[in-house]
Amino acid sequence: MESASDLTPLDPAYRTVLRIVASIWAAVFLIAACVAEFAIPGWHGVVLIPVLVVSLLLILRVPQRRWAARGYSVAEERLRVVRGLLFHSDTVVPFGRVQHIDVDQGPLERAYEIATLTVHTAGSHNASVTLPGLRHEDALAMRDTIRAAIRRDTQ
Amino acid sequence: MVGASMEAGTEAGTGGAPPTAGDARRTDGLSFAVRGVTMLGQLVLPLGFLAFSIAKDEKAGALAFFAPIVIAIIAFNFAIAYASWRRFTYTVGEADIRVESGLLSRSARAVPYERIQDVSLEQKFLPRLLGLTEVRFETGAGGKDEITLRYLAESEGERLRELVRSQKLSETVGTPAPRETPSEPPVLFAMGPKRVLTFGLFEFSLAVVAVVAGAAQQFDFLLDFDIWEWREWQRLLAGPGGWLLALGVVGQVIAGALAIVSLLLLGLVTGLVRTALREWDFRLERTDKGLRRRRGLLTRTDVVMPIHRVQALRIGTGIVRRLFGWHRLGVVSLAQDSGGANHDAAPFAQMREIAPIVRETGFHLPRGDADWQRGSKNYRIDRVVIAALFLVPLAVGCAVFVSAPLWIAPLLGLAWITVLEAFHFSHDRHALDPDQLYSRQGWLSPKLAIASRVKLQSVEIARGPIARRRGYATLHLGLAGGQMAVPGLPIARAESLREGVLASIGKRDFSALL
Repeated sequence: MESASDLTPLDPAYRTVLRIVASIWAAVFLIAACVAEFAIPGWHGVVLIPVLVVSLLLILRVPQRRWAARGYSVAEERLRVVRGLLFHSDTVVPFGRVQHIDVDQGPLERAYEIATLTVHTAGSHNASVTLPGLRHEDALAMRDTIRAAIRRDTQ
Repeated sequence: MVGASMEAGTEAGTGGAPPTAGDARRTDGLSFAVRGVTMLGQLVLPLGFLAFSIAKDEKAGALAFFAPIVIAIIAFNFAIAYASWRRFTYTVGEADIRVESGLLSRSARAVPYERIQDVSLEQKFLPRLLGLTEVRFETGAGGKDEITLRYLAESEGERLRELVRSQKLSETVGTPAPRETPSEPPVLFAMGPKRVLTFGLFEFSLAVVAVVAGAAQQFDFLLDFDIWEWREWQRLLAGPGGWLLALGVVGQVIAGALAIVSLLLLGLVTGLVRTALREWDFRLERTDKGLRRRRGLLTRTDVVMPIHRVQALRIGTGIVRRLFGWHRLGVVSLAQDSGGANHDAAPFAQMREIAPIVRETGFHLPRGDADWQRGSKNYRIDRVVIAALFLVPLAVGCAVFVSAPLWIAPLLGLAWITVLEAFHFSHDRHALDPDQLYSRQGWLSPKLAIASRVKLQSVEIARGPIARRRGYATLHLGLAGGQMAVPGLPIARAESLREGVLASIGKRDFSALL
């Protein structure tokens, strides 16, 4: 039985991308908070300080936890994806059940050379299983491995 | 990718010669008439209200003004319908079915035979009168890639269905040999009028009451008095019903009982009528292509579920039905069934009638030596605790703020939930067979789900924050065309089930199963 230690962690650049996205959101909220502060009479910092604290958490701590909570494994001709901090989910898709595969890169992901692998199955539940934060070459290699397994099985 | 299913125009089909594969054909001419009549039917109500409101305002002269506009609208709709009909063509090709349609924006969709799960025929009331049927090619892509041909002649629909099936079987193209009508396929299950009516008695439905209440609310301006004002009712009843009111409390109780009885009768009759319309002459046959199910009085549907595409079975019942032994068998398969991923194979049957159907699909009911195991006790305890977290403060709040002994209600609710969860814990079980996975859930109306170990698509173990600390999880099984989840399993058992299922899946590729 595979344990959590068999899982391959995601690329550290995924953490960086999460942090950049969090910074953008935090900037938006901070600006809104500053505006609110000036609108409220009296400088109490009642809006600004909580927003500042939450933003720091979002930028520094949360991406680290999210990156550490995820993992994957391609042993035994199965794709196993583990995700979730609060709502943990451990999904396994055998290669023989994969219908088609996508490798996507958003603009930030392209800058850091990571990609998201999406595997589609015929099931209604978990019709697509996504695995973000892979190195682009690794994602392409995984896609080719899965394709080869499918082609071999259907020969 | 083109959008949802398209409406068809029609033209009279070519005279009796069977067309060869490759002709672009239009749908039958009469469907134009059906479409027109349906459209008129849809227009009657709005036009009626328009005319009514105009007449009410005593602007009768305005009616003469509006009539040409209405006629122009109808004529315009007919013109559009005719034009779309002329543009809609379908072609039975060598490897696919091609449909071209569209007035302004032309669209051409080609669906290869491999992606067509099956062909289903549906006849609503009016097309059935005219001998037409609606042909739907179902793909497994969840309704997004469907092709619907409205309406073809019945014979043409049957021919198309046979053609598609033989294309898929042989994967060779040529003029298909005319199939001799096979001898009557064995009927697995049929519902005669008596069974349908019994079924209807169990399908109590108060939908009509909701509709009437809604209509009363919308149209109360039509009545002379305000129906929501009970004094008006008193005035109305003062004459003929005065003796009823004079009876006092007894009379009012009787009146109340009569109202409830009439409501029950209304629900019963509604259920009967709806069931009879839906399930009339229900027939389940075993053809060489799969299970063929026909049912319906005004709208006749004809669906075939290929046996090898059956992913799972569901056997359910109802609170009252169970006392009489009536069960429902549903099949989870890839093809659609007017929206539901579960096809009803036997909606109202005894278990001894369901067993042969289960055998035909290649599944089997759980054997006597199945290893039934319970779920996790912690899961049930946590559910009771969460309910208590809501209900106990509610009871305390009621005790403090409300004088009447209302605080009993939340506590009674909590007691009921505890009993329910205890019962679920002792009776909800699951088992793993060499070739199937069973899950039995439910108390007053237990449900049994049977999934084939080989035909699953993915397996997921999900745990919420509480579940992680308390050591249980929910096992989600990816079924093609349905859902199956077993909640509240101890984490070790969930993992061993997953290993067992994955080992079975690994042995056969999905395309070999189709």
